[in-house]
Amino acid sequence: MNQGKTKKIVYKTVLHIVLIILSVTMLVPFLWMISSSLKTTQEMFASPPTWIPRYVAWENYTYMLQAAPWMRYFGNTFFISALTIAGQLITCSMAAYAFARLRFKGRNLIFLIYLGTMMIPFQVVMIPQFKIVKILGLVNTHWSLIVPGIFNAFGTFLLRQFFQTIPKELEEAAKIDGCGYPRIFWEIVIKNSKPAIITLVVFTFMNTWNDFQRPLIFLNDDSLWTLSMGLAKFQGTYVTQWNQMMAGALITMVPVLVLYIFAQKYFVQGIVMSGLKE
Amino acid sequence: MTNSARAVKKPRKPLGTNETFWGYVFLAPVIIGFLVFTAVPVVVSLYYSLTNYDGITDPKFVGFSNYIDLFQNGEFGHALLNSVYFTVGTVPLGAFLALLVAILLNQKIKAQSLYRSAFFIPCIVSYVAIAMVWQWMYNQDYGLINSVLGAMGLPQPGWLATEELAMPSVIIMTIWKGLGYNGVILLAGLQGISPSLYEAAEIDGASAIQRFTRITLPMIRPTMMFVLLTSMIGALQAFDQIYIMTSGGPGRATEVVCYLIYMNAFQYFKQGYASAMAYILFIIIFAASVIQLKVSEKNSEL
Repeated sequence: MNQGKTKKIVYKTVLHIVLIILSVTMLVPFLWMISSSLKTTQEMFASPPTWIPRYVAWENYTYMLQAAPWMRYFGNTFFISALTIAGQLITCSMAAYAFARLRFKGRNLIFLIYLGTMMIPFQVVMIPQFKIVKILGLVNTHWSLIVPGIFNAFGTFLLRQFFQTIPKELEEAAKIDGCGYPRIFWEIVIKNSKPAIITLVVFTFMNTWNDFQRPLIFLNDDSLWTLSMGLAKFQGTYVTQWNQMMAGALITMVPVLVLYIFAQKYFVQGIVMSGLKE
Repeated sequence: MTNSARAVKKPRKPLGTNETFWGYVFLAPVIIGFLVFTAVPVVVSLYYSLTNYDGITDPKFVGFSNYIDLFQNGEFGHALLNSVYFTVGTVPLGAFLALLVAILLNQKIKAQSLYRSAFFIPCIVSYVAIAMVWQWMYNQDYGLINSVLGAMGLPQPGWLATEELAMPSVIIMTIWKGLGYNGVILLAGLQGISPSLYEAAEIDGASAIQRFTRITLPMIRPTMMFVLLTSMIGALQAFDQIYIMTSGGPGRATEVVCYLIYMNAFQYFKQGYASAMAYILFIIIFAASVIQLKVSEKNSEL
């Protein structure tokens, strides 16, 4: 009995040690980024490298904030993300309701085809999309990212899975009270799906905020650039001062990291949902 | 008429008669979006691949010459091999490590949500920003990795600057970034296994290793297959980290298919040629997915 208890304590201690070592290893790039972003150029070349800067060089941040219009990039990224999220909430939730609850001819086939589109690589559609965006007169505007971005098969799937768990009795009762489908959709389905909707918001935010290839293709003017693009182009244009680049990298990450702190649960939930595709 | 029909069919059709109408209304935005931004582009792309389209002047039909070109000039084959190298390097090892992470995170000890965050944070930040951090860590003269190696008296290679090491360097970074994502999916899979299975096995005197090989592994297989499939599709489409860390170099050591497609489509304006490459990639992804699904089906039958 006592031996078993000791064994358990040893086992748990070993596990904690292993997990702490692995966690710190995973976080090393972030710690190194923060440390580097606060070093003077001279200290960047110190051997052996230091973790805690001898002199905290905040000027890397003030320099970076002046060297490129980060606030504008921030605003652009925020605008694109917010509108993409709003659009996805509308299109995904409507389609998800139809797929989850309404019965009509061809529903399952359409659903399968729509899920299948997730397998189509972006490279196949990007050139014609560029052309279509041009025809619609959206080229070199934020709408060139937002309009194609509001359709998301994964988001539709995620909401559909959740809508299916809402008790049917609620809808039946509303039907008896004479509610039409649009009202049932809004009053019962949407109002009871807060966790799924927040999950979609968080997920879409992460994806649009971090998106790189689409802005790279669709946006020319530097006044329209997103944070990812601004950072990549900054690296390409200026002689790389690593301490300043690390400050820039951290600036672009902050919003997603802050959101993670507040909505941790939903990040994880979105990923778990993505694993339940079968 | 409607009333009597309803009365007869009641159990089959409990909702109103306008269900079909509303079904299509609710689907309409997605169907329009799908047609405009997916279906039409997939067809147009196939057409472009048979033309000399340059993005500006009208495309001229050239038959299969883009396809013949890309199989003959060697650059596509080279990029394809690089993509396979990258995929084989990241997917199996990444999935295996993710399973280990999931098993560790599934143990009943305190502070698991903190540990989970440590694994998870890399996958929520952008590839662009974090790839730059790794670029600096890989720096030959002052990077963190070589400082550690130097302190241990080991050689200090130019990670991203040498042809042999550039691809492994990008692979390591990619595995690190995806670990938490796959780990969380596998963790959910592990948590879905009924505890009663383990209890029954324990009563029957099964050892921890037996419980792992006889219960955990078979039960996690569908989730594992899903992780392998999505990671493979993702790996074949890798672009961001290559663009930032190596730009396909040194030489052409890390020039993967998607990088080559991007360069041809939007830097050299050979969009017909780029479309042909994209279509081959599409076929490869499709075929690989079908094979993998078939294999997993076969396995689950056994």
